[in-house]
Amino acid sequence: MSNTYSLRVNGTDCEVTDSDITESLLFVLRERLGLTGTKNACTEGECSSCAVLVDGMLTCSCLVLAAAVEGQEITTVEGLSNGPEDLSVVQQAFVDNGAVQCGFCTPGLIVAVHDLLEADPAPTDTDVREALSGNLCRCTGYGRILAAVHAAAEQMRSTP
Amino acid sequence: MSRQATITHTNTANRGIGADVTRPDGIPKVQGSFAFSSDLWADDFLWGHTLRSPHASARIVSIDIGPALATTGVHAVLTAEDVPGQLNFGLEHGDQPVLAANQVRYVGEPVALVAADHPDIARRAAEAIVVYYEVTEPLTDSEAAPQAAPIHPDGNVIRQLNIRHGNINATGEVTVEGTYEVGMQDQAFMGPESGMALPDEDGGVELFVSTQWLHVDRSQIAACLGIAEAQVRITLAGVGGAFGAREDLSLQLHLCLLALYTQKPIKMVYSRDESFLGHVHRHPAKMWYRHHATRQGRLVKVEARIVLDGGAYASSSGAVIANAACFAVGPYKVGSAHIEGLAVRTNNPPCGAMRGFGAVQTCFAHESQMDKLAVALEMDPIELRLLNALAPGDRLITGQQITGTFPVAEVIRQCAEAPTPELAPTQDHRNLPGGSGRTTEATDTARGEGFAVGFKNLMFSEGFDDFSSAACRLADGVATITCACAEVGQGFVTLAQQIARTELGIDEVILAPAQTATIGSAGSTSASRQTWMSGGAVQAACNKVRSLILADISAKWGVHLDGLVLRDGLICTLDGQQQASLAELTANRAYEADVVYRHAPTEALDENGQGNAHVSFACAAHKVIADVDPDLGLVRIRHITTAQDVGRILNPTQAVGQIEGGTAQGVGLALMEEIVLDNGLVRNASFTDYVIPTTLDMPDVTIAAFIEEPEPGAPYGAKGIGEPPTISSSAAVAAAVRAATGLDLPRIPIRPADIALS
Repeated sequence: MSNTYSLRVNGTDCEVTDSDITESLLFVLRERLGLTGTKNACTEGECSSCAVLVDGMLTCSCLVLAAAVEGQEITTVEGLSNGPEDLSVVQQAFVDNGAVQCGFCTPGLIVAVHDLLEADPAPTDTDVREALSGNLCRCTGYGRILAAVHAAAEQMRSTP
Repeated sequence: MSRQATITHTNTANRGIGADVTRPDGIPKVQGSFAFSSDLWADDFLWGHTLRSPHASARIVSIDIGPALATTGVHAVLTAEDVPGQLNFGLEHGDQPVLAANQVRYVGEPVALVAADHPDIARRAAEAIVVYYEVTEPLTDSEAAPQAAPIHPDGNVIRQLNIRHGNINATGEVTVEGTYEVGMQDQAFMGPESGMALPDEDGGVELFVSTQWLHVDRSQIAACLGIAEAQVRITLAGVGGAFGAREDLSLQLHLCLLALYTQKPIKMVYSRDESFLGHVHRHPAKMWYRHHATRQGRLVKVEARIVLDGGAYASSSGAVIANAACFAVGPYKVGSAHIEGLAVRTNNPPCGAMRGFGAVQTCFAHESQMDKLAVALEMDPIELRLLNALAPGDRLITGQQITGTFPVAEVIRQCAEAPTPELAPTQDHRNLPGGSGRTTEATDTARGEGFAVGFKNLMFSEGFDDFSSAACRLADGVATITCACAEVGQGFVTLAQQIARTELGIDEVILAPAQTATIGSAGSTSASRQTWMSGGAVQAACNKVRSLILADISAKWGVHLDGLVLRDGLICTLDGQQQASLAELTANRAYEADVVYRHAPTEALDENGQGNAHVSFACAAHKVIADVDPDLGLVRIRHITTAQDVGRILNPTQAVGQIEGGTAQGVGLALMEEIVLDNGLVRNASFTDYVIPTTLDMPDVTIAAFIEEPEPGAPYGAKGIGEPPTISSSAAVAAAVRAATGLDLPRIPIRPADIALS
């Protein structure tokens, strides 16, 4: 069953055509709208590589039907910076602290860390670990990721 | 720690060797604009899907593709009959069918391919293919395999390797014996197998794929497609981790077959459950050991029998069992050894390369034995290890003398002596075993400390012609490096730029795409070899360009070669009196060079497993503090300390990342990661059921020391650092849990029931 509907992604209305109504938000973002920053590591809600914000709520886009979030504000990793030269504090901290290796988990983590620091500007190490425990990473062992999160939090606190 | 200054030609911007330079692909990766192999798109492309065997052992009676072909939106359905060239492929032996023809030998073996307009149509069409199987009893017991009826024309023994060293009848005053087992670990990279193949007008195919070794993919693909190697053009697409699982072909051939048949671009992306079936795993091991020592604790002899389950096809099992056997006793001096190594074929999923490559399994066994021996001798386990530590000049059990650096004792000492941070009993449930499940009170936990050391070879061994190729072009003051080294996340791209900056004294370095059409093989991104091999190739290519420039300027200025230096984008005399801009010098004339770089040759092992089979060695040690809830069998690792023999650090942050990441994979193997098999059927092919460490499972890792003793013959003296962290970490975790519980725990992963029900 095909349908046409509109999704609001990163502040832009995007028309989705020829899409099977059973397609997940992850699939539509990646394959219909060309927003491949949102990643597809498990497609069953276990790894958070597909994390996006839906009306500000951290969401695994693989677990949501795209047509079900029509009219809601969707933010993907592509919506968190304004161009190659304009990284968010979190993105810059990931680059600077060696938090990126293969980078496949990175977009989901970037979205999750934005969400975390918005809610809690001064998380303890245990808070950060708890908040990111759903984001699987196979390369880093998480050490540099945690360092990046703390560095980003500190910078965001010192530059209001 | 020693750090020797060997670089005389450098730039002042300090973005060269040794500097903490950030990754060139870091910015696109944090922005989501980096193109992974699953992000590819082409006009009018089709989705490919693979039908896989549900049986571990069966004869294929018939395949009816009619219902699939009749499905609207399906463009092609292919079976073994459609393979135009060689029917089998393989890294060491061509023993694995491209598509199963008459027989399936493991659950998940590819049987048919579908191309369709939509991935769901392709999947449903594959399900509509009717395959009649005559199911037979699978062979799943590795120890029974050698005597069992052959399940493959090549037989059930993939390789037997026996090492006889010294006096194999020697005995020690004290002996300890043990039987150990290691489960089947998955590499569990995040980026699933994926890629895109596009047909060429000349009957060839262009393939964009995530892999570890472009050129060996090409030769296997060309042979099975029945076309020339030059007609298969492979470009590395963004790789979401590898860890060994991408050294064998997975979907490469299937993509190309469908593209050539349909004459349309084909995209395939494995789902996570398919990924668990679609690549090789770490070999499960069964190991028996007996150590003989003097009363004073000197090792006299080690006997061992090691059986690795290679699964249905050979993959790199022959090299894995060689490593398991060669490094079976650990980094210790042992006069006599008798090791029986066996890699066998079963109807379990195929096993091949994974980080640590055979040394992980035997490290768990030899370190368990060393702890057991320390108890028997009433000796401190660190002292026992130091007493027997290998050193340069000593011989391995293969008879090979260690001629390079090998600071085993220093690694042990630095790791053991590093202070452990204060770990007060926590009241926060989140830091207790069981975490926020609130299963455990602080008073219910027991704490243990464990230690282990391990080692392995760097690069390919046993006489393999191991090389890498690179080209350097300097034009307008910008260096372009071409190398087919697969960047899989390890950071070679950063190092290649650092090396070019250091050698050429310029800052801007462009990396050309890694592809087969533009440059020769770089060899595999495995065996901790690319920093040395492709780093060496890049260094040599840049060096050649530098020499060309120096020769020209030397003649022009009448200055001896030794009196010239390249730095800060200039070529100048040592006193700086005379100088020229490299950008201007190379504006009208590009300087170019390409090289093939080889490490020192190695030899095959003889019938007694003796010979100079390896190039270089690296070791690491881990010390682990674990809290255990003995009633529930839950473990919380509180802290890990490590020290590693690195030769020389080329990029400190990347080195830390390799060590932390490698350690985490060892933690996973020790406590949670295992592909659970039920008569050959994988029971947990998902991230729900195959659990890898999260932020809550990994504690802080303190790197007590990078032991920097530059390795002779290695570019900049740097040793590969990717694998050692994965070798000793599992054994150290197991030792910590043993110390906390007093249990034997002869098997990893240690499951809750192994503790709670013991």
